[in-house]
Amino acid sequence: MLTLTQIGKQFSGGLATLENVNLHVARGEFVALLGPSGCGKSTLLRIIAGLIAPSSGQMHWESPPARGGIGVVFQEPTLMPWANVCKNVETPLRIAGAGARERRARAMEMLALVGLENFAHAWPRTLSGGMKMRVAIARALVTQPPVLLLDEPFAALDEITRQQLNDDLLAICSASKLTVLFVTHSAAEAVYLSNRVLMMRARPGTIIHETRIDAPQRRAEGFRHSAQFAAMCGEISAALREAIA
Amino acid sequence: MKAARFFSPLLVIALMLSLWEAWVQYWQVPAFILPAPSAIGHALYDDFASLMFSAWMTLRISLTAFALAVAGGVALAVLFSQSRWVEMALFPLAVILQVTPIVAIAPLIVIWVGIDNPNRALLLMAWIAAFFPVLSNMTLGLRAADHGLLDLYRLYGATRWQILTQVRLPSALPYLLSGMKISGGLALIGTVVAEFVAGSGASMGLAWRIMESGNRLQIAKMFAALLLLSLLGIAIFFCLSALENLLLRRWHESRIAREV
Repeated sequence: MLTLTQIGKQFSGGLATLENVNLHVARGEFVALLGPSGCGKSTLLRIIAGLIAPSSGQMHWESPPARGGIGVVFQEPTLMPWANVCKNVETPLRIAGAGARERRARAMEMLALVGLENFAHAWPRTLSGGMKMRVAIARALVTQPPVLLLDEPFAALDEITRQQLNDDLLAICSASKLTVLFVTHSAAEAVYLSNRVLMMRARPGTIIHETRIDAPQRRAEGFRHSAQFAAMCGEISAALREAIA
Repeated sequence: MKAARFFSPLLVIALMLSLWEAWVQYWQVPAFILPAPSAIGHALYDDFASLMFSAWMTLRISLTAFALAVAGGVALAVLFSQSRWVEMALFPLAVILQVTPIVAIAPLIVIWVGIDNPNRALLLMAWIAAFFPVLSNMTLGLRAADHGLLDLYRLYGATRWQILTQVRLPSALPYLLSGMKISGGLALIGTVVAEFVAGSGASMGLAWRIMESGNRLQIAKMFAALLLLSLLGIAIFFCLSALENLLLRRWHESRIAREV
């Protein structure tokens, strides 16, 4: 679906943020990008989203995404405080010029998907951190994009909320056959969510290690507490320590 | 708590007025130096029609200048937000206009635009005084839009117009309203200063009443005019605060009551 060849990015300071990044993502895959802070994970995600241009290398989409074809969830929920939850979710459709009735119907559908159908008229400031993130996810999905990019979306949430959102995200992604790129600095989260974990190293940022996660996309009930999960987390944590060293 | 907020300043004012009245009565202070509050009340009653007419003249110019300052400041700030080049070229000029004391350029303005129509000169001076806070706050507000939201809009291929109307303008609203509160007061101050500088015969506003009663040693009437000026300033501030509250109370942090 997406192939990156020797992608590099230098910012005006002259510092190389990314160097020689090669990456292939297949349709329907859930890929986690894992690495220490400052290794360029977010920069890579922004290049893929088309928000910044790479300094070198090629990015090739099998079929280039249309407008609204990529959903993005940032580290912060970035909701508009002056609009209610429903209006916030409608934003991508409003930009595309969709009619009011269609916008509303699609937004309500997405809110139901993330379990917030009763909060359509709530103001963002009245929501908890986890609920705000759910709104941001609903907004990213409202254009029904084939690709979803998430940039450490749950980093600021407590452990229980985070696990809950992980489960919900998995359910949504496998139901709608999304291709997902998920940036995180948590090894456990990467293992729990993805089919494949790509490990990054800093200065210069590049992918140094790849681990396949052999578990069904719909994770089994006790997966989080299984020996297999613990072993994979251990393996990835060891690689992460190596990356930081 | 709400009642205390309303009544405690009233109580302090009433106490001060009584002290003032007693002081003047007891020491027999001459009325041309410090008239008693009761004498000021009398003057207000006796000259009610002419004072009210003057207050209306001053208010009309202030409000017109204020409206033009808001319109001009917002328009220019929006222009700045669309073109860095225009901002670099014009912002220093706005600063020069702001830092030059209005009293110093008043004679020039009177000569240029005020010979046949003094009100035009008053309006221009009040506008210059009121314009800058709107421009400066609005420029800051348009720039303070959440970068994440701007990214989101770029991601979905939004037009400049959509970004301006759906992200930048709502983000700038709290800044604009705070600028308007400063600028509303300055418009009144600007009008009064302009009336003083333009001199007698040029205007019939409250400043002119103050000068006139000063010349005639009618100090009670001078105080009455001063009182009306304060009331105008308070009314302007109150209206703008109410507007701010109305527009921001549902979403902005500054308006959210916290229970401790």
